[in-house]
Amino acid sequence: MGKTLAEKIWAEHIVRQVEGEPDLLYIDLHLIHEVTSPQAFDGLRLTNRKVRRADLTIATEDHNVPTLNIDKPIADPVSKLQVDTLRANCKEFGIRIHSLGDKDQGVVHVVGPQIGITQPGMTIVCGDSHTSTHGAFGALAFGIGTSEVEHVLATQTLPLQRPKTMAINIEGSLKPGVSSKDIILAVIAKIGTGGGQGYVIEYRGSAIRALSMESRMTVCNMSIEAGARAGLIAPDQTTFDYIKGKPHAPEDFDAAVAYWSTLFTDKDAKFDVEVSLDANELEPFVTWGTNPGQGLPLSGKVPNPADITDTEARTAAERALVYMGLEAGTVLKSISIDTVFLGSCTNGRIEDLRAAAEILKGKKIASSLRMLVVPGSARVRLEAEAEGLDKTFIDAGAEWRNAGCSMCLGMNPDQLAVGERSASTSNRNFEGRQGKGGRTHLVSPLVAAATALRGTLSSPADL
Amino acid sequence: MEKFIQHIGTGVPLRRSNVDTDQIIPAVYLKRVTRSGFEDGLFAAWRNDPEFVLNQGAFKNGTVLVAGADFGIGSSREHAVWALQNYGFKVVISSRFADIFRGNSLKGGLLTVILDIAEVEALWAAIESDPSTPITVDLETRSVSYLGKSLPFAIDDYTRWRLMEGLDDIGLTMKQTEAIDSFEKARTSLKPKTLPIKS
Repeated sequence: MGKTLAEKIWAEHIVRQVEGEPDLLYIDLHLIHEVTSPQAFDGLRLTNRKVRRADLTIATEDHNVPTLNIDKPIADPVSKLQVDTLRANCKEFGIRIHSLGDKDQGVVHVVGPQIGITQPGMTIVCGDSHTSTHGAFGALAFGIGTSEVEHVLATQTLPLQRPKTMAINIEGSLKPGVSSKDIILAVIAKIGTGGGQGYVIEYRGSAIRALSMESRMTVCNMSIEAGARAGLIAPDQTTFDYIKGKPHAPEDFDAAVAYWSTLFTDKDAKFDVEVSLDANELEPFVTWGTNPGQGLPLSGKVPNPADITDTEARTAAERALVYMGLEAGTVLKSISIDTVFLGSCTNGRIEDLRAAAEILKGKKIASSLRMLVVPGSARVRLEAEAEGLDKTFIDAGAEWRNAGCSMCLGMNPDQLAVGERSASTSNRNFEGRQGKGGRTHLVSPLVAAATALRGTLSSPADL
Repeated sequence: MEKFIQHIGTGVPLRRSNVDTDQIIPAVYLKRVTRSGFEDGLFAAWRNDPEFVLNQGAFKNGTVLVAGADFGIGSSREHAVWALQNYGFKVVISSRFADIFRGNSLKGGLLTVILDIAEVEALWAAIESDPSTPITVDLETRSVSYLGKSLPFAIDDYTRWRLMEGLDDIGLTMKQTEAIDSFEKARTSLKPKTLPIKS
């Protein structure tokens, strides 16, 4: 029987396989940031261990960093200490780092692809659950904890139990105004936050093949929101074209393409589970609750928990409505928004900024809200400025910031206040995720831009 | 790592599903560069509510957290495991755990036990009617026992052995250096390197 793509990549990386033990897997690339690494470096020092492959390791600063006044020292002393610790650790162990002010500083999952170091067939890890983003290139990429960060630093390997495989087949074509963010929000709403638990997801079908690389990254990025540690897409010409010309693209590009072209799921391979979705039916999506599975088409209404038969789901919905300050039956498009956030490893790439800018061009955002536009990396920011997108955003009344995780998580100065409501292109609507007491509605860049203009949750078609 | 063979303690019922790691410890508490001191951040937002289970005297000394389905979803932050351990928890029981959280917990010696949802419900009821109910979690026999009931749970042999011996995963892998060396020798040169920097 043939193999799935994930099984092929897994098999190619087995260093040691013994019955009754996890497989020892080789790691091709280890991405590092300031939050989940300090204790790992400490562990190395305590045990007098070295970093085995500094040349397969790269660091950047993203979670803690401010997006304003980046030429000044970080104001929060605890954040500053964490960033300084990363810099000192990278210096001590000889690891490449892109610090604030560098053109390759930015959200770790935007940085890898933009320098061409994320490539098909690789195993990629990072102490961050959104590492699944890199799966868009046909890599097996997943988030790890700090103990595993230390393990990879010391050995360039990880002992892992082999995951099961799930195919998500999405056929058809997207309607105008519908984007890859809507695909993944619809997937999560369908299978739930635990639906992918224990699986690697492979996204397949004509709707996936038609997506650009950056849109594919948005889909794979949120695999973890469906519980899957990794999600991937078989590489194709779109993938090869994207990598070509990037700084770390292979020198022997033809040989690389020949290898990459072997990375697909065999016709006779069998997935443990298959799920299907019709792209033609999809609409712009939005979350109404406090986990990413609590989402609906934007044309709908806030659900009534009483209509939910499953006890746990009903209780969760009741709690979510209280936290979100919403009443059952409210028309989603009537919900007023205080802050629009465009950015993050989900939707902070150049195409996301272009899509939103096109809607905002020559218009003004509603006076009742603020809009933060945060490029995923310094390089994205420079690219956007070269195209004049910054001017479009500023003229529309939005704030144009420097690169970082920003308002995706309440760890840096960009946060929601208690009770403040956002339409956010990020990935998590958990309680307090964007700041204590903040209320998050997850949306696509297109919906974010339309919402910014109208002041209430809106799709581009409403303009 | 401390060996885990058996733990006897009392339970804390957390009747919520989808407890994400942002709830277990909000991002603002992740700024420390040590592995200790995270107990202050544990369930920080919920602890403002005087009714929250950890604020109830009867459950103050509980060491076995019994939670709803999909515990530990979201961020990969191992700080969530450290916060639970720093606070005093030795075991978390749920009907389903998120993969990364479960991996982190078993690396760090916090035992995560999967029981059927009906068994979790029964355990909640028992703890709530008598918070002093002793719960025995035994890795040797792979069972959770309370009030004369004994519930088996599954855990793979390797992880169980590692926890019972208190072994450090990295130390075990370091013994495989030869295998790693020979894998690297055979590895294709097409794979990218981060150094030297190309721009």
